[in-house]
Amino acid sequence: MPMPMESRERVPGPPRARVAVPDVPPGIVDNVAVPTSSLAEPAEQPLFGPGVTEKIRVSGLDFYYGATQALWNISMRIPARHVTAFIGPSGCGKSTFLRTLNRMCDTVKGARVHGEIHLDGEDVFELDVVALRRRVGMVFQRSNPFPKSIFENVAYGLRVNGGLSRAAIAEQVERSLQRAALWDEVKHKLHQSASGLSGGQQQRLCIARALAVDPEVLLLDEPCSALDPIATAKIEELLLGLADSCTIVIVTHNMQQAARVSDYTGFFLLGKLIEFDRTERIFQNPARKETEDYVTGRFG
Amino acid sequence: MTPAGRLTYRRAVNRVMLTLTGVCAAGIVSILLFILGYLLVNGARSLNWSFFTELPKPVGELGGGMANAIIGSGKVLAIATAIGVPVGFLGGVYLSEYGSTTFAFLVRYTTDLLNGVPSIVVGIFAFSLFVLRAKHFSTLAGGVALGVMMIPIAVRSTEEFLRAVPTGLREAALALGTPKWRMLATVVIPAARDGIITGIMLNLARVAGETAPLLFTAFGNTSWSPGLNHPTATLPVMIYTYALSPYDDLHRQAWAAGFVLLMLVLTVNVSARFIVARSGPAGGR
Repeated sequence: MPMPMESRERVPGPPRARVAVPDVPPGIVDNVAVPTSSLAEPAEQPLFGPGVTEKIRVSGLDFYYGATQALWNISMRIPARHVTAFIGPSGCGKSTFLRTLNRMCDTVKGARVHGEIHLDGEDVFELDVVALRRRVGMVFQRSNPFPKSIFENVAYGLRVNGGLSRAAIAEQVERSLQRAALWDEVKHKLHQSASGLSGGQQQRLCIARALAVDPEVLLLDEPCSALDPIATAKIEELLLGLADSCTIVIVTHNMQQAARVSDYTGFFLLGKLIEFDRTERIFQNPARKETEDYVTGRFG
Repeated sequence: MTPAGRLTYRRAVNRVMLTLTGVCAAGIVSILLFILGYLLVNGARSLNWSFFTELPKPVGELGGGMANAIIGSGKVLAIATAIGVPVGFLGGVYLSEYGSTTFAFLVRYTTDLLNGVPSIVVGIFAFSLFVLRAKHFSTLAGGVALGVMMIPIAVRSTEEFLRAVPTGLREAALALGTPKWRMLATVVIPAARDGIITGIMLNLARVAGETAPLLFTAFGNTSWSPGLNHPTATLPVMIYTYALSPYDDLHRQAWAAGFVLLMLVLTVNVSARFIVARSGPAGGR
């Protein structure tokens, strides 16, 4: 349903967004590490530079939990093999949006979606949901390792897919743990329970588990919100490395994190996508007043 | 109240509550120990090798045993488990994982009603289903009666333990492209395994002592009962019959049978837990 993005009064009930306590001081823009050359580029240049291809295209997406509309007319193109971040205050719909991309929202009773999502040109609502999720992996806010050994956690997706020999599984488990920068810490205790790992290690184990099935897209829903700065830094570094081979979409509360790891950033507010652009432009020269207020900590 | 007075008061309340909880906990344990001890003291003289190996002696003769009743109880409980556990388990999986409709509500409601049906009525059900048709009592009829009694608790305990498995685990499996049935079989059910098995064990212990539904299904037998199609002696019915008899020796044997029944349930319970504990890391931790 077409809807002007400004019409906030159509949001039912009290706004769910808390008035943000800025987690970034207003001077953050100066700290953002982005190539300064991009600042010189003309504002009207296309969203995707040369060599950047589209992985996911979302058009006119509305999402409802029962009678409550949570997403309003979202349209965007997510680039392949880059990191895309979604930022916005709590309850702005960024996690809900992320969950529509691999149809995890299907599991919620009373959830309805209108609009289209295409993955490499294929309508995800037409695809078999199991096949879709093998291509679009997900890492959750709270690390959720299975009550199995470290090895079995990573091997789980491979065993579900079937068709691999024991040796091939072991090889892929090692490769995935290495990609998730966890191998050196766990290689001596692969057959111990995953619950003995620290929070940060568990979250990297969950990333390794998702990577084991070689997903084309990896969705991360606030993966660092329960982690300390050192564990967070490890995961951020890992994401930057993964973007060469995988399309990464990350939802985060933390604006510095979005600025550090992402190439593209979408700003959500009250269930609407306010602005979607290259990360440096969102943080340094946003087109919209709401975005500027949020990223400079003047939100309200 | 002064701050010091308040502290004294709080300490006093703490002591009283701690004592109360401790007394109740000790009470629970001592009831079991008392029953065990009482059974043992009263039945000890009949608890000997021949109690486990011999058939009951004709009335008037001393000695004899309950070998046929021990085997009979075992057979009846095996049939009950073979009926009650699969039906109850699969029904519980349905209610927890698939049932969200009116039908599930109906199933849950009738399960609770079935749980409230007096055991003797369940006995009549098995009686009319098997005994009236076959024109004789049988082990099978007794097993079916106890199996029917196991179903409601098996359903509800399975459902509850499956529901308690965190959503995060389910989502993790689904997000890897796991079909729902496979997620259930490899993640959810293993995580709930310990709870489900505990539920089954308690359930089995409960029906193991049921007497009323066996009175007119398995009936009783002074001799061995071949196969499943003949009346059989069972421990609870033997206890019932012997306790009503006028002979001291039979009274003692009834006490001994009570002790054996309790120990049988305990053995099955402990060994099931042992097997589970050996078979790998437990779920949910």
